[in-house]
Order: sequence, then structure tokens, then C-alpha cells
Amino acid sequence: MSTEKVKTQKTNTKTKAPKNDIKLQNNFKNIKAAWQLYVLLLLPVIYIIIFAYVPMYGVQIAFKDFRPSKGIAGSAWADQGLFEHFKILTNAKFKDAFVNTIVVSVYTLIAGFPIPILLALSLNVMRNKVFKKTVQMVSYLPHFISTVVMVSILTQFFNTKVGLFGQILKTLVPGATYTVSPMGSANAFPHLYVWSGVWQNMGWSTIIYLAALASIDMEQTEAAMIDGATRFQRVIHIDIPAILPTAIILLIMDAGKIMSVGFEKAFLMQNDTNLNASEIISTYSYKRGFIDTGLNNFSQAAAIGLFNSVINLILVVTVNKISRKVSDTSLW
Amino acid sequence: MKAKRNTAISVCTSDKIFYATVNVIMTLVLLIVLIPMLNVVASSFSSGKAVSEGKVTLWPVSFSLDGYIEVFKNKNILIGYGNTIFYTVVGTTLNVIMTVLCAYPLSRSDLPGRNFLMFLFSFTMLFNGGMIPNFVLMKDLNLLDSRLVLIIPGAIGVYNMIITRTNFQQLPKELLEAAKIDGCSDFRFFLTMALPLSKAIIAVITLFYAVGHWNVFFNAKLYLTTESKMPLQIFLQQILLANSLTSGSNIEPEVAAKLATMADLLKYSLIIVASLPVWCVYPFIQKYFVQGVMIGSIKG
Repeated sequence: MSTEKVKTQKTNTKTKAPKNDIKLQNNFKNIKAAWQLYVLLLLPVIYIIIFAYVPMYGVQIAFKDFRPSKGIAGSAWADQGLFEHFKILTNAKFKDAFVNTIVVSVYTLIAGFPIPILLALSLNVMRNKVFKKTVQMVSYLPHFISTVVMVSILTQFFNTKVGLFGQILKTLVPGATYTVSPMGSANAFPHLYVWSGVWQNMGWSTIIYLAALASIDMEQTEAAMIDGATRFQRVIHIDIPAILPTAIILLIMDAGKIMSVGFEKAFLMQNDTNLNASEIISTYSYKRGFIDTGLNNFSQAAAIGLFNSVINLILVVTVNKISRKVSDTSLW
Repeated sequence: MKAKRNTAISVCTSDKIFYATVNVIMTLVLLIVLIPMLNVVASSFSSGKAVSEGKVTLWPVSFSLDGYIEVFKNKNILIGYGNTIFYTVVGTTLNVIMTVLCAYPLSRSDLPGRNFLMFLFSFTMLFNGGMIPNFVLMKDLNLLDSRLVLIIPGAIGVYNMIITRTNFQQLPKELLEAAKIDGCSDFRFFLTMALPLSKAIIAVITLFYAVGHWNVFFNAKLYLTTESKMPLQIFLQQILLANSLTSGSNIEPEVAAKLATMADLLKYSLIIVASLPVWCVYPFIQKYFVQGVMIGSIKG
């Protein structure tokens, strides 16, 4: 808060001289009048500084030969050049993890982005309210399943002995054999990862689009109906334009997350036989930092983390900029 | 005349076809979501033998509660359950308090320095220190292997804070003005007006945070080492995915054989036991969800 005071003062001294004193006084008056609001904010600000900004200060671990006993400040800078630990980024294993991350996230984006939109448009068309509510209620449920449970459901579903998949397969294709679970296959990994994610989140993701659809002006709909538009034409010319801004915002947010595929699901789905496809940046970084032993592994893992964060930042800022230019819709 | 009537009819039939197509597709969606879950529920209420022979589809075969009895006999699951309830209750309480404390002042357009403060919070959504610096911080703060590590570090979810702030911003401005004229302080307005008027959004973020605590896995794996402090998800992973049902205990061969037939049944029952609390709470809050996913603008 005190830094904020200083900041307002500084900007004020730079502006026109004569009004300075009055403005400054007003600022002090406003700040004084709002003291209770600052008191409310005190704990949250302390919290965010300690738990978000101190770790940002900690990214220098990537540039140091970090030794836990010496701490961040006490550890020496990397002795073979500041970017020594970033050499891990040229490592073949990292490159594989990088490719796997991109594959999984782009695939997730392609499959996971349009399906909730189609689902929301369909839900909005439905006239039977009970049926609509049922679909909503049921399709939101999987969203609340934990990753551990989600992966176990998946494993059990494809279990060769007890799984439902085998039973369905044998019913549909009499005489079919099902002996190898795709859970151990590297080729199947991206499909399982992405489509189980779609299964889990497609219902939940419709909520935001349904909110946009609910705010459509009735007059517009009525005018279209008088002009003889079919329901399908109304979807194309009224419903879709209504959700477009929301869709663009979500696309920006998703595109910004391309490099930050969550650790948990990939880690939990990993096994020896699918590792070629399931090792992603976050799991690789975790193993480098906490499982493998090596003098500078911690710094290398930090370097991977920093690389990832910077790419994410660049991605979000760029996509936001492009979107603001092209469509006037942006996050900030 | 005749031509006109024809178009009217054709519009109607094309609409009918469209509605029917949508209904068919939605039925398929419903089945795709429902069937795997029904299979888990049906399996969990079947006998160990029926499950291990792959006989259960969508209805329990030789109904039994053996799976559930076995789940509640497992000491680790009970420890994990207790711990998770503790983390969820204490953690969520702290989350909600911190989030409203943060969101309310930032929702006030007359707060000097609001844009800077808002940037301080929203920037953390775009950039973060990463796994390693966070781990070092927990170590420096002596939070490693402490129960607090699952409670304090995630005290404010910035996304939840922003949706809460957006909600506070929608309170009518006249309300605050009138209260101020009557000499109401900011504290009092926050406690007696803003909070009671925001029950819906508080319900939603409570659910979001509670589900987050209930499902926590990675942070527990990273920061905790003592088994007695572990949340449920860690034990679930051991039993459901690592198949270490017998970890750490010496059991007799015949018990082991019995456990082998029970293994899959136990997994299904465990999936239900682990997910049920959340599934019981969520329908009550469902009608407020829309408020929880509105994207509040970071500026404004």
C-alpha cells in the first residue's frame, strides 16, 4: 500500500504543475477515506506477495548452481555461463516431452473446444425442459471426479478381464478377442487422454455458453420467426453470433495454456509401456527435480519450469493482441 | 395462397426434423456420459466373484455390499478420509474468507490504486515461479510435511477472486451511496450488505474450493511425506492405480487370495465412496453455477 502511495505521488508530480497540490491533497484524502478497504486487502496482499511473487524471485535458481543448504541467495551463479542449466532444453528426452506436450494440448484444443459449443447450442434448442435438465445434470457430474478417480475409471473401463469396453466390444462384434488394454499403448495414449478429458468436461464447459445464449434478446428471435426463419437458421444467424465473443475469450485462454498441460493426469496414466507418449514437460521436470539424483538437477528442473512459464506468457499476450485486433474481443 | 401454405408446412417439417435430430444426439450424449458411471455403480454393488469374472454391465449381479464393507475396513482409507475432511473444511473456510476480503475492496471503483492492485493479482495467472521455486519456498517457510502446506499456499484462487469481484461490482451503486450518507463504514457495509447479498457466488466458490481440496493429489505428493497426514487421493492412487492393496502389512495367503477376487470390486466401491460426498453437494449449488463461470473482466 505504501508503494502505491508513492506511485500516485510520482505520477502526479509529473502532470501539470499548478493543479498539483490540489490533486495531491485529493489523492491523500481518497486514500485516507478508503483506509478500511486497505485493511481488508492487507492479508490477501501479503499472501499474494509471499506465495506468488517470492517464487518468481526464486526463478533465479535456474541460473544458479543451487545447493539446498546454501539457499537461493547463498548459491553461486552457474559457473559455466548463466544459461548452463538451460542446456537441458536440448536434451533428446526433453524434446520428446516437448513434442508430447504439444500433441496432447493441441489435440485437446481441437477436440475439447468445439464440442461444448455444439452441445450448448443443442441444449439451447431442446424444448423438453425435463430432458434438458437431465442431460445437464448428468453431464456436469464427471467434472467433479478427481484425476485419480478419473484415471481409475478409465483403467477399469479398459480392463481386459472386467472392463465394460471388452463387454461392449464382444456384444457388438461376436467372437472378438480383447486381450491387450490400450492403457499400456503409447499410440493410444493421446486419444485416451483427450477423449477421457472430453467425456469429463464437455458438460461443464457448456455452462458459460448457455449463459451467453440465455441473454439473447427475445425480440431478435421473434423477428426472425416472423420472417420465417427455421430453428436451424436461427441457430446459425442468432445463436452462434451470440456466443462468438465468449468462444473467442475461451479460445484465448486455452491457447495460452498450450504448454501447461496438467501434471496429474499424464503422471497417473503413465506406465513403462506408454512412456514414449505420456512423458510431458511437467512430468519430465518433476522427475528431473525430485526423482533423478544429480548435483544440478534442481536447477535444471527450474530452468524447464521457467522456459515453460515464459512461453505461456508470450502465448497469452500474443493471442490476446491478435484477438483484440481481429475481433475486438480480448481478456484485457 | 396454396404456395404460401406449402412453405409454412415445409418450415414446420424441417423444424421437426431438426428438433428430432437434436434429441437423438442428446440422448447419445446422455448415454455416453451415463453408461461408464452406471457400470461403476452397478459393479460396486455386485459380488467380488461377479465383478472379477466380468459379468457386470449396467445392473448389479448377485447384489452384495462386500465391496463397501471392505473399503471401510481399510485403515488407510479411513485415515485419508479423515484427513481430507479436515483439509477440505479448514482449507475452504480460509479460502472463502481470503477471497471475499480480496474481492470486495477490488470491486470498489473508488479504491485509489485499484488498477495496480488488480494487476498484482491477475498477473499471477499469467506467470508463476513454477514447481521448483515453490518447493524451495515451502522448505524455507518450514511448511514441508506440515498439514498447513495443503491449506495456506492456495488460500486465494485468483480466478475465483475475479468472479467474486465481478459479482460485488454488480451490487447497485446507490446502495453504497445511501449507506454512506447514513454514516455506514466500509467494514459495516461489507459485512452487513455486500456479503449477505452475495450468498450465491459464495456458495459457488465454496463448492469450487471444496472440490479442489477434496481432489488434491499433486501438492500432497510433492510436499507431504508422513503417511498419517496424507489426504484420501494419495491412498486412492496407491490402491486404485499402483495396485498396492497390501502395502506395509503382512497378510496370510488365504486372505491374499480372497483379496485378489475382491480387488476389482473394492476399486469400484472405492471410486463411489471417494466421489459421493461431492456428488451429494453439487446438485444444491447447481443453479448458481452460471455465476461461477462468468468471466469477469480483469480491468473495469
